[in-house]
Amino acid sequence: MNNSTLLAVDDLSVHFFTEDGLAKAVQGVSFAIEKGKTFALVGESGCGKSVTALSIMRLVPDPPGKIVSGKIMLEEKNLLRLSEKQMRHVRGNQIAMIFQEPMTSLNPVFTVGEQIAEAIKLHQKKDSERAWADAVEMLKRVGIGDAEGRACEYPHQMSGGMRQRVMIAMSVSCQPDLIIADEPTTALDVTIQAQILDLLDELQQQNGMSILLITHDLGVVAERADDVAVMYASRIAEKAEAKPLFEEPLHPYTQGLLKSVPQLGFEGERLATIPGTVPDPLHFPSGCKFHPRCPVGGQDKRCRTVEPELREVRPGRHVACWYATDYQTQQERNEYESKYRQ
Amino acid sequence: MNRSIDNNNGLLLNVEDLKTYFTVKKGLLRRTAGYIKAVDGVSFSIRKGQTLGLVGESGCGKTTAARTIIHLIPATSGSVTFGGLDVLEADKKQLRAIRRKITIIFQDPYSSLNPRMTVGDIVGEALRIHKKLGRSEVVAQVGEILERVGLSPECINRYPHEFSGGQRQRIGVARALVLKPELVICDEPVSALDVSIQSQILNLLKDLQDDFGLTFLFIAHDLAVVEFFCDIIAVMYLGRIVERADARELYGNPLHPYTRALISVIPKVSTARRGRKTAAGGEVPSALNPPSGCPFHPRCPLAEDICRQRMPAFEQKGPQPGHFVACWKC
Repeated sequence: MNNSTLLAVDDLSVHFFTEDGLAKAVQGVSFAIEKGKTFALVGESGCGKSVTALSIMRLVPDPPGKIVSGKIMLEEKNLLRLSEKQMRHVRGNQIAMIFQEPMTSLNPVFTVGEQIAEAIKLHQKKDSERAWADAVEMLKRVGIGDAEGRACEYPHQMSGGMRQRVMIAMSVSCQPDLIIADEPTTALDVTIQAQILDLLDELQQQNGMSILLITHDLGVVAERADDVAVMYASRIAEKAEAKPLFEEPLHPYTQGLLKSVPQLGFEGERLATIPGTVPDPLHFPSGCKFHPRCPVGGQDKRCRTVEPELREVRPGRHVACWYATDYQTQQERNEYESKYRQ
Repeated sequence: MNRSIDNNNGLLLNVEDLKTYFTVKKGLLRRTAGYIKAVDGVSFSIRKGQTLGLVGESGCGKTTAARTIIHLIPATSGSVTFGGLDVLEADKKQLRAIRRKITIIFQDPYSSLNPRMTVGDIVGEALRIHKKLGRSEVVAQVGEILERVGLSPECINRYPHEFSGGQRQRIGVARALVLKPELVICDEPVSALDVSIQSQILNLLKDLQDDFGLTFLFIAHDLAVVEFFCDIIAVMYLGRIVERADARELYGNPLHPYTRALISVIPKVSTARRGRKTAAGGEVPSALNPPSGCPFHPRCPLAEDICRQRMPAFEQKGPQPGHFVACWKC
C-alpha cells in the first residue's frame, strides 16, 4: 500500500447464511482507491457491488450476512478490526455514503436542515446554532437556491433531484475522505443525472475527496471514473484504469457489456447481446462463473471446472479469464505502455 | 396540422390535439383549485408496422397519453382514431374490441405480474376473456407464444417469482402478444432490467414485430434506447410534444434545445468525452403551475422575451419534411 492509496480492500469475502442456503455474495475482492480519485465498481444486479460497499461501511446486515475474510484498510486502520464505537466515528467523518433512493434515505418527519445539522452536531461536536449555519452553507454549496428557506422544508416538498442534492450535502458536511455513492443517479431523470454527477465532480475538486462509485451504468463510468473494477457473480472480472478498459476490454464479459449498450449512430438490425441470465448467488455455476454465457471459453473444460484467478496480464490490467493473454513480445509491451501511460 | 399524413394509407392510430387534465381539489368543500394539464394538446399518428417513440422525463405526460389512448383514463378533449374507429367515443362493446387489438407491456416485470397466478393463467387470461377459448386450446396457444418469446412451454405451471427479471419481462411480452394485437404500447419495457438483458428484450421485440407485423408505441425516458428501435420520435415536455421527426433526422439534426439536451446527456461508452456537459440546468417544473410562454424557457439556454411570454406553435421547420418543432428560436 503506497502513500497515495486511501482505502485498500484486500481479499474481501462476504457470505449470507440464508434459509435457502449459503450465498457467497462477495468472494476474494481486492482493490485500492487512490486519494482524490474516483473508483467505479460496475456490475449487474446481484453481482456483489453493493454488498462490497456496505462491507466498507460495516453495514452488512448480520445475520444473515457475515464478512468471512479479508482486510479493509483505511490508511493505517483495518476497518474490520474496529469496535462499533470506533466505527461510528469513521462513518460520516471519514467515509460517508449516498444511497440510490433519496426519498427512503431521508427522514420524512424532520426538515432537511435539521437532518444535515444533526450529522454535523454528532460528528463535529458543534452547537446547534453553528451546525444549522453549516447546514445552510452546505445546501448552498450543492446548488440549492434559497438555502435558508429550503433548509426548513421537509423531504416530501422537494423533487428527486433536490433530495439527492440534500443527501450529498449531508454526506459531504463533515468533509469525509471517501464518499461511497451507491447508484446515486439511477432513480433520477436523465437531465438531472448529469447535474448530480457534475456536482460530485465539483465537490471532489474542491475537497480532494475520493469517490467510490457503485453503478450498473457503463456510460457514467466511462465519463467519470479514473479506475474501474467490473464485477460478475461475486468476483472482480476485470480491473484497470478507465481509458484502457473501455478502449480495449479484455474479459469477455466486459466486452459483451460494452457491446450491448445501445450507442448513438447505431446502424445494425440487432443489438449485440450476452445470452442467458445473471446467475443467482445461491446457485453459481462451477469453474469460471461466466462460462455458461461466454462466447470465448464456454466449451472449454478448464473454464467449466477451474475458476480463473484475477491476474495482471498487462501492467495495471487485471483480468480473471483463462483466455486473457499476456504480451507475446517486448515490442507489444512497449507499444501498449506508450499508448496508455505518459 | 396532420392533414397530410391523414390521407396516407395504412394509418393505424391517429391522435389529434389530445388533452387530459386532472382536477385538483382543495379545502373542505372540495372546490376545484386548478388543473394539472398532464397531456396538453398532443398530436401524432402511427402507420401500420411503424414504431413511434414517445420520449420524455418523468412527469412529462407520456404514460398518461398512452393510457388515455386506450381509454384507461378519460380524455378532456381531442380525438383518438384507431383503425377508423373513434376510441374516445366508443361504447363498452366497441372498447372491448379495441382493447383486444391494443395491448400494453409494462415497465416493471415485478409488480405487473400477479404473484398468485401461474404463468399459464397470466398469459392465458386474455384468451379466456376475449376469445372464450376452452382449457386445452388456451394451453396450446399459451405454450406456443411462450416458446416464441424464448421460454419453455413447461413454464405454464410455474409462478412469476421463479423467474428472473428478464424472463418475467418475456412473460409480460407473451401476455401482450397472445391475442395477436395490432398495436402494442411498450411502456419503458427495458428500463427495469440489467444491461445485458435489455438488449435481449429489445431484439426480441424487434423480431416479433417482423413476425407478427406489429405496430409499436414505444415509451422511453431517454433517447439512448429509442434510436435503435423507432422510426419516428416525439419528444414530450410538460404535457406537450416539443419536437417530432424521423428518428434519423431527429438524431442527425435535433432542433429543439430540450432534444439537444437529451441527446447530449446520453452516456457514451467511451472515455473520450469526459467532464461537464449539462445542457439543461434546473428541473422539470410542476405541471400544476407551469411557466408562462414556452414551458421549457426557465431551463433553456436560448430563451428570450418572446419565449417567456408566448407559447410557440408546433410547426414544420428545417429542410426535412415531417420535422415539427415548437420553439421560437429554431
